[in-house]
Amino acid sequence: MKMTGAQAIIECLKKEDVQVVFGYPGGSVLTLYDALYMSGFPHVLPRHEQGAIHAADGYARATGKVGVCMATSGPGATNLITGIATAYMDSIPLVLITGQVAVSFLGRDSFQEADIRGITTPITKHNYLVRDVRDLPKIVKEAFYIARTGRPGPVLIDIPKNIFAEEIDFEYPAEVNLRGYTPICEGDSQTMNAVFDELKFAKKPLFFIGGGLNLSDTSEIMQKIIAYTGVPTVSSLMGLGCISSDDPHFFGMIGMHGTYAGNMSTTETDLLIGIGVRFDDRVTGRLDQFASNAKIVHFDIDPAEINKNVRANIRVIGDLRWTLEKFYQKLQEKPAKEWQDQFKPWLEKLSGWKKEKPLTYKKDTDEILPQPVIEKICEITEGNAVIVTDVGQNQMWTAQFYGFKHPRSLLTSGGLGTMGYGLPASMGAQVGKPNKKVICICGDGGFMMNCQELMTIADLNLPVKVMILNNQSLGMVAQWQREFYNSHYAHSCMRTKADFVEIARAMGVPAVRLDKKEEIEAVLKKAIFSEGPFLVDIRIPEEEDVLPMVPTGAGLNQMILGG
Amino acid sequence: MKHTLVVLVENKPGVLTHVSGLISRRNFNIESINAGYTEEADMSRITIEVDADDEYELEQVVNQLSKLIDVIKIIDLTGKDRVHRDLALIKVKASPENRAEIVNLAEIFRAHIVDVNKETMIIELTGEDVKIDAICELLDDYGIIEIVRTGKIAICRGPKAAKDL
Ligand SMILES: Cc1ncc(C[n+]2csc(CCOP(=O)(O)OP(=O)(O)O)c2C)c(N)n1
Repeated sequence: MKMTGAQAIIECLKKEDVQVVFGYPGGSVLTLYDALYMSGFPHVLPRHEQGAIHAADGYARATGKVGVCMATSGPGATNLITGIATAYMDSIPLVLITGQVAVSFLGRDSFQEADIRGITTPITKHNYLVRDVRDLPKIVKEAFYIARTGRPGPVLIDIPKNIFAEEIDFEYPAEVNLRGYTPICEGDSQTMNAVFDELKFAKKPLFFIGGGLNLSDTSEIMQKIIAYTGVPTVSSLMGLGCISSDDPHFFGMIGMHGTYAGNMSTTETDLLIGIGVRFDDRVTGRLDQFASNAKIVHFDIDPAEINKNVRANIRVIGDLRWTLEKFYQKLQEKPAKEWQDQFKPWLEKLSGWKKEKPLTYKKDTDEILPQPVIEKICEITEGNAVIVTDVGQNQMWTAQFYGFKHPRSLLTSGGLGTMGYGLPASMGAQVGKPNKKVICICGDGGFMMNCQELMTIADLNLPVKVMILNNQSLGMVAQWQREFYNSHYAHSCMRTKADFVEIARAMGVPAVRLDKKEEIEAVLKKAIFSEGPFLVDIRIPEEEDVLPMVPTGAGLNQMILGG
Repeated sequence: MKHTLVVLVENKPGVLTHVSGLISRRNFNIESINAGYTEEADMSRITIEVDADDEYELEQVVNQLSKLIDVIKIIDLTGKDRVHRDLALIKVKASPENRAEIVNLAEIFRAHIVDVNKETMIIELTGEDVKIDAICELLDDYGIIEIVRTGKIAICRGPKAAKDL
């Protein structure tokens, strides 16, 4: 069929079963936007390209589908950078389509030209510059395939303006053929025997689960493995929700703001089985003290993750969909009862730690503390909402105090720690999951970084609930300054005359301020059960810390405890 | 320890930058890097010499490079029976009095004199890097004006191509 490059892209999106694109128009993509207009393809217009890409990212995390985002050349494309890096660090599948100056103008510092391929090379799984319109269908096909297979990630396609207008005979390739890319799906079943043997002799094994379980939708099989063996389990920030927080085998998040039981067990374990984790430095603390009594087993799809930070004694490379299934089968060689008896004393030890030193906060105060607010949000939503956080204290309190029960229910910028992520990502999540309660929990600093998206949320009447934990400061920065810089609050205070409630209303979102402790429940309920979008400006004290905390350079067992 | 890696890549624009960028970004040390065409039109060959502290670091280099979509295959030639060469062009001061000496020296090293004028000569030498280092050291006495070296390329002995190893 004869069509233009622009029409071909839309055909490709349909073939890839894309439901919606997030994007922002501009000179070099006008032909593409005209084709969108003519075909009526669903498109969300944010108020900033960074909003578009975080939305596409939130959409992808919430639904498990590839998020698609479009922007014009030059400034449009460069506005995507933070979002691309965010998705790259957390392995989120995205396809990004950027306009570029016409081929004849390339390389001359033309109006709105930026070398976006060069700029994004370190932060994309792969990228393309289309030089010939006839390559377009093949490239789009490859881009989706690369984005979603293996270890997922963002893929960028840069398309010069003239290519959108040129004609081709459209044919969508049936297959992808990339000799340098053969994502490992099936692992090697030999290694299962080795893991089995280690577990057989372990006294204090620990499963350490991560975002890989979310990405591969394998939390169900993981739950079976845990129930069958009775092995205690801890999680990274990105793995929260894969195991229900009320599972008796689950001991919360480990790392800098991890639980006492979690961090102590990591220090004491004799067999740490990492599953879909990348041993980030926020998790390990001082490397030479991390799980230093343990043999380490590492399940991952990406061979480059093995031995990157922590040395593994046994590597299990492959898609978790395959390796966990195999592992479960192998475990059957020993009856469940025997496994559970073997690990019972250890499980009891962890339960003891958990009871002795739970996550806590001071209860006798008239102020509104963030921790009980989050517990209340959890209670009202029965732990079933999709929670999107921003970055900072708000993110850590949410991780600690919202009892996550389901995979893909915590969307957060883990690897890059991107402030400004929360609001646009919750917008994308709500587009992808129209029937779910989507709640954005953010700080006052991060909220302002992309607050313009309130307007988009209002225009689309998306029922996103925005909870600002407003401490009138860059809380996490201030906490570090309190701890490590003699309380020198260098540019971390944001006492302001402006009013978030007014801002929200001005952008078309109903809003209230919450500053009385006795009103917490009523206001949260009103917000959460309201029809459309809603914002609550929650006034919390300035000096509340996220605890426990492991100072940088310390081992996980050297926690500053709270409560 | 130094390792010689053969990286077979798609012959596309930007791939060499991608490979070298990844290595420096990941904080690995490149000693030399070399790229050129191969017997297959759509494949290029990059020879990289990296200095890795231990096997784990080397493994990281290889695994990270393998993630690049345009990288077809990586082969570590270290320890394999192989021929490796470096090409050097050396411009050295050569007065009429010591010209003969230099020609002699070049002959011993099986180097070629490829240009002569009143004051200087250009010597072309291929060989293992130690051999080139050696001649450079000797020529230093006469005054080296300029050296250009290609860096190492390497090929396995025996009937098989690297891509089939
Ligand atoms: C884009 C960006 N800039 C700076 C930072 C560094 N940073 C991390 S947490 C934080 C403070 C966040 O303050 P706020 O959004 O008010 O949240 P709180 O910690 O108070 O919950 C800052 C500035 C960051 N993570 N991202």
